[in-house]
Amino acid sequence: MATSIATPGSLTARSRRGALGLLAWLCGIMFFLPVAWMVLTSLHSEPDAATNPPSIGASLTLQGYRQFFGASTGVSPWPPLINSFSASLMSTLLVLVLSIPAAYALSIKPVRKWSDAMFFFLSTKMLPAVAGLLPVYLIAKNTGLLDNIGLLVILYTSMNLPIAVWMMRSFLSEVPVEILEAASIDGAGLPTVLTRIVAPVVAPGIAATSLICFIFSWNELLFARVLTGVVAGTAPVFLTGFVTSQGLFLAKVCAAAVCISLPVLIAGFAAQDKLVQGLSLGAVK
Amino acid sequence: MTLTHSLTKRARAPQAAHPAAPPKRSRGAWARRAPLLPALIFMIVVTQLPFVGTVTISFMRWNALDPNNKAFAGLQNYKDAVTDPQLRSSLLTTVSLTATVVLVSLILGLGLALLLDRRFRGRGLVRTMLITPFLVVPVASALLWKHALYNATYGLINGSLTWLWSVFGSDNAPQPDWLSSIPLMSVETSLIWQWTPFMMLILLAGLQSRPMDAVEAARVDGATTWQIFRYLTFPHLRRYLELASLLGTIYVVQNFDAVFTLTGGGLGTANLPYTVYETFYQGHDYGQASAEGVIVVLSSLLVGSFALRTVSSLLREETR
Repeated sequence: MATSIATPGSLTARSRRGALGLLAWLCGIMFFLPVAWMVLTSLHSEPDAATNPPSIGASLTLQGYRQFFGASTGVSPWPPLINSFSASLMSTLLVLVLSIPAAYALSIKPVRKWSDAMFFFLSTKMLPAVAGLLPVYLIAKNTGLLDNIGLLVILYTSMNLPIAVWMMRSFLSEVPVEILEAASIDGAGLPTVLTRIVAPVVAPGIAATSLICFIFSWNELLFARVLTGVVAGTAPVFLTGFVTSQGLFLAKVCAAAVCISLPVLIAGFAAQDKLVQGLSLGAVK
Repeated sequence: MTLTHSLTKRARAPQAAHPAAPPKRSRGAWARRAPLLPALIFMIVVTQLPFVGTVTISFMRWNALDPNNKAFAGLQNYKDAVTDPQLRSSLLTTVSLTATVVLVSLILGLGLALLLDRRFRGRGLVRTMLITPFLVVPVASALLWKHALYNATYGLINGSLTWLWSVFGSDNAPQPDWLSSIPLMSVETSLIWQWTPFMMLILLAGLQSRPMDAVEAARVDGATTWQIFRYLTFPHLRRYLELASLLGTIYVVQNFDAVFTLTGGGLGTANLPYTVYETFYQGHDYGQASAEGVIVVLSSLLVGSFALRTVSSLLREETR
């Protein structure tokens, strides 16, 4: 590691090391501060949340969270949360079902011009989603698919499929082809080959792909806002509804923001390395 | 379960075709292509067909508020779009917003990655704290910045100013209204906060994949820390820097959540996605919105085809 550079004993080297460690800590705290403030505010009462200067030591209350769960309005957050969860989960599954075979055809036994196909997949990510929004809206309106989770599942799948194909290809191309051939010469059936040779290499890739697809679907706002309403509204759309023009709302907005971010935060913390693989389309492992 | 099953089923065809010699592809070619087709067809149907619709509508006079007045309009929508100062300004906003956010978060991300590449007490915890902004749902973080941090009367920034001034016995601390005085910079700051962790994660992975024996050898030969960074670390990182900036651009250029939430596209912060959204969703001018959509796609193709070549060569180098 970089620390072994300076002769370990020398005083200047040690103090420099300490200073850089301190700087790293300061940066970490600076970046974390807004999130910490969000959590603290969510635990304050509405009047305490909106003071200037801030009331850091104000007494803690779960009022904001009670509001999020519909204490005064009677509006439950569960339908939008469940909508978000099912749209994200179903589109992630659909992405896997479509991307794994495709990645197989692009890596282990590559079709001709496989790079053109890869290029096509990635190019769809460069096109602003908003350009296709209107026709999708019109088609949905005429086929009665507006305000339907199914439509979101299809759109989220198309949003994440290119990422997944790139990622899965990069993982599948690590499968040792010689071993695959040797195994099939030795008479190993396809199930054996898949479970013994392919699966161990590819399993982390599937996990990373699922994580990133789930997060992107969970976070999506534009499509959900335009294409859903009362029935299929997702958590991000629900969250925007907490801002009111009258009265204080800061604590409950923060409570709602914490609750809605929680699944992503937990998944991301638990799988930091998978996050990197996913974000870099599998290029960084 | 469904997953393994479908993999087994689809993978069988290419396996069977395997004995055929590679140069001659006839029946085997289709068997090889078969696993690719569902994904390919899905993408064409869901992303390319709507665009055909967009192009068609862009040549029509069609406002949803006046549904009977629907007719072929020729290039009128394009004329209106090109001469519309709002579209031109949103194009510029998109460019400056994307460039600023990507560049600043790349530099900050590099600094943080270099800091985190050294061993120090609590490194894991600092890394976790640093990636947190990226894991907050984007709408939630936009709402957080707008109401809990930027708000002129009770936001944390102005609150801290009040507190800081009062420490020195003054009670007229500056209380700027951040979102109306520096709207674009406010949007950019919140996005930089959100995207720096992304850059840091990719660059940190790059730093940790660098061959340490070369670094050690250089050190033994008396190279300074700066020389090592300049001649060993940086060339190695270059690919990661390019990858991070290109991926960052792909995501930031399409940003909708921050602009929509923080400023509602006002005060010169409307970027292209927001402008198209507004023409369609608030103006209900379908023809105009489609023409704008087509223009957006054409301009991103221009930039995109260059970026794509770089990205795909980068990724291919990595995987093959």
